[in-house]
Amino acid sequence: MALWRNLALVAGLVVLVLAPFTQATYGTYVLCSWLIFAIAAMGLNLTLGYAGQISLAQASFMGIGAYTTALMTMAGIHWIFSVFAGMGLCFVVGLVLGYPALRVQHHFLAFITLAFATLAFLVMRNEDWLTGGVYGLVGIPRPDFGPISTMSQRSYYYFTLVVFLFAFAGFRWIVRSPWGRAFKALRENPIRANSLGVDTRLITLLAFAIGAAYGGLSGSLMAPLVQYIDPMSFTLIISLKILLMVVVGGSGYLFGPLLGAGLVIMLPEFLRFAESYYLMIYAGLVVILMVYCPTGLIGLIDKTAAAFKAKRVARGDLGQGAQL
Amino acid sequence: MTAEAPVLDVRNISKSFGGIKAVDDVSFTVNRGEILGLIGPNGSGKSTLFNCILGQSRPDKGKVEVNGKPVLGMRPCDLSKRLGVARTFQMLQVFPQMTVLDNIILAGQEHSGTMLGRLMGASDAGLTESADRLIAFFRLGHLRDELAGSLSYGQQKLLDAAMAFMAGPQLVLLDEPAGGVNLTMLEHLKDRLSTYNRENGSTFVVIEHNMEFVMSLCTRILVLANGAIIAEGSPEEVRANPIVIEAYLGS
Amino acid sequence: MSEFMQVLISGLATGSIYALAAIGFTLLWQASQTINFAQGEFVMLQAFFVLIGMHVLGLALLPAIALALVVSVVLLGMVFKRVIIQPMLPHGVLPIVMATIGLAILMREMVKEFYSAEAQPFPSMFSESTFNVLGATVSYQDVGNLIVSAIAIVALQLFLGRTRTGRCMQATAQNPAVAEILGVNIQRMVLYTFMINAALATIASVLISPIYLAKFSIGEPIGLVAFLAAIVGGFNQVRGALAGGLLIGVIDNMSAAYLSSEYRIAGPMILLIVIILLRPQGLLGTSEGRTV
Repeated sequence: MALWRNLALVAGLVVLVLAPFTQATYGTYVLCSWLIFAIAAMGLNLTLGYAGQISLAQASFMGIGAYTTALMTMAGIHWIFSVFAGMGLCFVVGLVLGYPALRVQHHFLAFITLAFATLAFLVMRNEDWLTGGVYGLVGIPRPDFGPISTMSQRSYYYFTLVVFLFAFAGFRWIVRSPWGRAFKALRENPIRANSLGVDTRLITLLAFAIGAAYGGLSGSLMAPLVQYIDPMSFTLIISLKILLMVVVGGSGYLFGPLLGAGLVIMLPEFLRFAESYYLMIYAGLVVILMVYCPTGLIGLIDKTAAAFKAKRVARGDLGQGAQL
Repeated sequence: MTAEAPVLDVRNISKSFGGIKAVDDVSFTVNRGEILGLIGPNGSGKSTLFNCILGQSRPDKGKVEVNGKPVLGMRPCDLSKRLGVARTFQMLQVFPQMTVLDNIILAGQEHSGTMLGRLMGASDAGLTESADRLIAFFRLGHLRDELAGSLSYGQQKLLDAAMAFMAGPQLVLLDEPAGGVNLTMLEHLKDRLSTYNRENGSTFVVIEHNMEFVMSLCTRILVLANGAIIAEGSPEEVRANPIVIEAYLGS
Repeated sequence: MSEFMQVLISGLATGSIYALAAIGFTLLWQASQTINFAQGEFVMLQAFFVLIGMHVLGLALLPAIALALVVSVVLLGMVFKRVIIQPMLPHGVLPIVMATIGLAILMREMVKEFYSAEAQPFPSMFSESTFNVLGATVSYQDVGNLIVSAIAIVALQLFLGRTRTGRCMQATAQNPAVAEILGVNIQRMVLYTFMINAALATIASVLISPIYLAKFSIGEPIGLVAFLAAIVGGFNQVRGALAGGLLIGVIDNMSAAYLSSEYRIAGPMILLIVIILLRPQGLLGTSEGRTV
């Protein structure tokens, strides 16, 4: 079993490495944004899928990361420093945003994070001196590492892929460490977790902060890719898009966001014919998906597999604790 | 610390809610190795007393100490980590989407090392062996890698109790461990709890409505009625005490 | 001082409209633990139902409003509850949050695409002219809005408190298990709640659209303000939502009059965060009924 899993991982990696050769510049750009959004979705998956804390502000953290990188690299500072600055800033803001989660849950937390997202958008739009206001920031340079430039789309893809692999490895490490177990325990039963010695306060804050830092990282990759950012790239709709990636892929699953980001990023390509109806169709699909398949795709696959196995009856009445 | 020092020292605890005395000047101690049963009719003040012992509710008067340290105002995680107080809840409390093994490891992982060490170190925090021992002790070995939520109610109740023992606690507070458990499982649970107590010399306080269970498990019993202790003694003494019979059956 | 009075009165008038949407919020929450993130869009959409009735079907204002009311109760009440909310109820909060946000975007985009992206003038039921009270200039529109909302709220209270169906609805909200044992048809009561919510949204829409114009994007601020009003009022009582709506209306109008317009929405947002943090049971609410 472990052998098959490793083989699948290697095969997946080979596909990721070879993928740009099958694509022209635009296709490579789409692949880049897939990996970048997958990082943001990974972060939200930690906050929401593992730790069970709802957040509608992931795009705001992407924005913080993107603006930090844009401002610093445009001032001539190397990208690598801007990433740490952006992730650090997101980590701190994430800690602050996590604080409400210590007091309120569910809808109330959803609305607080929604309000935060709106405030972040207002700052990006209104503080022209810093963010360029509605016109955004133009001419964000792509980083180079010694002789290696990332100016071509393909080289930027490989650069993104390397960062993505680091991010994924880090994520995998976190969720498989005792921290990951503590995050899950927080999701499933915070009171019991606390009585068993888990510092639920710290773990909740960390779930937000680490998730936010991943959002920041993804923003730091996004800014040099598109080389132009404006507040509209970080609105509530984008947060919802990231949330959708997590839920569609299957929240609380390691590979869920990767799959979800792929589907959500590819969807517009398939809906290209729809043009201005795109957002409408997209929103309609969200509603339909949530109504008929609220556990997401991996959840659906899991459920189907379990139904086929059917060697034991899961106790539905005890499922409550796992719900969000 | 001398051998005679009690593990749990409850001294002159009083607590009222809006003029009604829920607990009225209750004092008792629990020594190492004892299984103390706390019984009483509904509304006798058991839960209030329990919350005071857990430091979750501030008594109007009196104090509660575990191994000489006050519990008041401690967060549950600190109570568990610093004072070694473990507890179970009246309602079943396991982590349904985690495996039995993970449930048990979680119960122990926060008690050693640092927060950062837990991130950087081994993914099981080096606890798999002691977790496996505990799983074997509670005879859950065949369920080790199953999701806790897929276990039967009785098995989950066992797991629930097992989690309380993972960190090698000084004092275990069991809140209705037998509630809703069927007869065969009940015997098994009782056997495991008393064996654990005998082998490890650990200290329990048990709140329970099932009289048979309490009488056969506990070494000493406190009877509470209207917020005060009305009787104390061995199960046989309590069973024969006319005051207790009257309190339970009413006059 | 007279300017202050003016701002206060128009604040109360818009506040009473917010209260209608906020009451809908609390009713849905009580009846089925549903938070409708599309509440603002419900209000937005009704205005376009009326406009379609007037400009496409050629109806006069009042018949168009009546038509919108019927369409709304069926579509945003019954269909919304049966087709969208009901299947998700057993799956916790997240699907409902996402689906209703998706629905909000869907409504917004449909109006933008099929009607117009421009703000549409909306006829008022009341005269725009003004009169003077104690030096303050007060418009008939504000007074009319206050009166209509007051009638709607009083009627709702009478319905909930005095009729058999209303009391059954309250019983369902407070303890569905017991209500069911007593023979109340819970699903039907929840359905009524959704229908009332849709009707309240129609009234709110008809009252607010002449002030803010009918535009596809107006739903988001209205929804947030209504949620804020519900939160301020404690989320579990109609009275609270009413008081919350009035308070937010006044604050909103004050900040529009005295603060920079760029950050106008920021005021209510910050208030929302502060209130949820400091007093999650609301300024007027009790903590019961908030456990999820």
